[in-house]
Amino acid sequence: MNKNRRVLAAPYALWAVIFTLVPLGMVIYFAFTTDQGAFTLSNIIEIKSYAKTYATSIWLGFLATVLCLLLGYPLAYLISKLKGVSQRTMVMLIMLPQWMNFLLRTYAWMTILERNGLINNMLEKIGIGPLQMINTRGAVVLGMVYNFLPFMVLPIYSVMTKIDNRITEAAQDLGANSFNVFRRVILPLSMPGIISGITMVFVPAVSTFIISKLLGGGKEMLIGDVIEMLFVGNAVDYNVGSALSLVLMILMLVCMTIMNRFDDSEETGGLMV
Amino acid sequence: MSDAIISLRNISISFDGESVLENFNLDIENGSFVTLLGPSGCGKTTTLRIIGGFVEPDEGDVFFNGQRINDLPPHKRQLNTIFQRYALFPHLNVFENIAFGMRIQKKSEEEIREKVAEMLRLVSLTGFEKRRVGTLSGGQQQRVAIARAIANDPKVLLLDEPLGALDLKLRKDMQVELKQIQSRLGITFVYVTHDQEEALSMSDVIVVMNHGVIQQIGSPTDIYNEPKNGFVADFIGESNIVDGIMHADCDVEFCGARVPCVDTGFAAGEEVDVVVRPEDVIVVPKDQAQFCGKVLSTTFKGVHYEMRVDIPGQDEDWLIQSTIAQTEGDEIGMRVDPENIHIMKKYTGDYASDIDFDDTPEAEE
Repeated sequence: MNKNRRVLAAPYALWAVIFTLVPLGMVIYFAFTTDQGAFTLSNIIEIKSYAKTYATSIWLGFLATVLCLLLGYPLAYLISKLKGVSQRTMVMLIMLPQWMNFLLRTYAWMTILERNGLINNMLEKIGIGPLQMINTRGAVVLGMVYNFLPFMVLPIYSVMTKIDNRITEAAQDLGANSFNVFRRVILPLSMPGIISGITMVFVPAVSTFIISKLLGGGKEMLIGDVIEMLFVGNAVDYNVGSALSLVLMILMLVCMTIMNRFDDSEETGGLMV
Repeated sequence: MSDAIISLRNISISFDGESVLENFNLDIENGSFVTLLGPSGCGKTTTLRIIGGFVEPDEGDVFFNGQRINDLPPHKRQLNTIFQRYALFPHLNVFENIAFGMRIQKKSEEEIREKVAEMLRLVSLTGFEKRRVGTLSGGQQQRVAIARAIANDPKVLLLDEPLGALDLKLRKDMQVELKQIQSRLGITFVYVTHDQEEALSMSDVIVVMNHGVIQQIGSPTDIYNEPKNGFVADFIGESNIVDGIMHADCDVEFCGARVPCVDTGFAAGEEVDVVVRPEDVIVVPKDQAQFCGKVLSTTFKGVHYEMRVDIPGQDEDWLIQSTIAQTEGDEIGMRVDPENIHIMKKYTGDYASDIDFDDTPEAEE
């Protein structure tokens, strides 16, 4: 029985080896070798010159994540309180933009934000001069929030719907006003959703390259842009590119570990996930 | 009742157009153990939720110590609830669950620790402070729920079928414990259940409800021995309910026999319901019998045998209980002592459909 079941995992195991483990090994190999294949630490040392890019990427990713959380949490809460049909409709509306191509969505924002775009046209009509919106950090963060918001809303929403109404009633019964019910019951019980929401927004936001290219105008490169450039751009250097990827991976791992620590200390554990 | 801690006045409420409580009036005496008893959908849980403040009545007033509390939100009411299936906080351990109310009141750490220890002693869970509630058995979770509710020193404790999820043995033990806790703390318990045995063994006062209307209020012995109508008689314990005619005071005819009873105040010739408890039917030699019938079945129930007896000319069989088994197919003689014959006005409802609560929609949940 056990043996038979293990066979079922074989296709994925093969997949994981070919497309996850091998590439990971290659990234590590490239990161620690020269283009002649000799061992070196120079790639890792060279990363120093990208410190600012890392900082910017993490900062913008962090901003986008915080905004997504601030927008997404109340939204998820409200949706979880809706009745059957309206709840499904709202979830559908959140998902809907995801069915459109990612590039298309981001291009759409370009035409909305650009100098002769939708917003500036309207602003001009009421006498406010054209604003510089496209090619700013703000536009990049906006693009991230727009694209990744559903990944924040959905996990929080799914955890919220599992919170038993009687548990909030029990809190009220024991003297908790709405604020206390939220702080002492809803918030801790929705923590697993918040954690996975943050993970699902932060990771792609930090490593994005298309959004910063299209909405940031390539003026300020994020770490994703640099990595892209080093692999397919005009300054090909697999070794430094791999080193950058590796360090990015480690940085994210550290961030996520810290997050999960936080989760454990709240004693929510696997119960609600 | 001058000593009423909770009074419900003319309460009416309906959900989705279906009336759940109609012109409902109830006084709950301070310090008493009051049980709301009735089949599912009778409005007992709704009554409890109105007292707790989770449901607002369409009409009528709720008084607490003489003060109208209709507009007081649940967290400001001086009462606590033990919910169906406990509703413990899954993210908190046993200690923090019990401390929840005190933390909100911003009591000192020392005071909280003392009180939680006291509560855990009361429910025999000392040493369980650090346990996650998810790792506890049903009975232990129930105890935590009790400790959590009474740690707030409520004046009134509301209990919504608190033992419903426990197995029989545990339920019996918890009944005794709850009763002990109640008399030790001296607080008012308002207890909701559909289990008549539970109601009889624990309560000072039982309120029998059906379709949102109070059928009878009384002590367990009153309710059992002097049911006011056929519904109460049928719901509380098992009974034989048959048609009868009062010929005069203390003179009733049913099942083809004219026998003495102790009831008075009926019109001569009035049609009545006659209730006889199965354990009150005595099997006697035929020459001393008031009624005769044929034994259809005999079932061993542990303490006694339960037999179905066909009485000639009657639609319904009689249920009788005796420690002596009778042989199936035998003709037996039976008699009932006058004080065990209960006469009541004709009940217009249909008992069978009233207590068939598996099919009744649960409007109250």
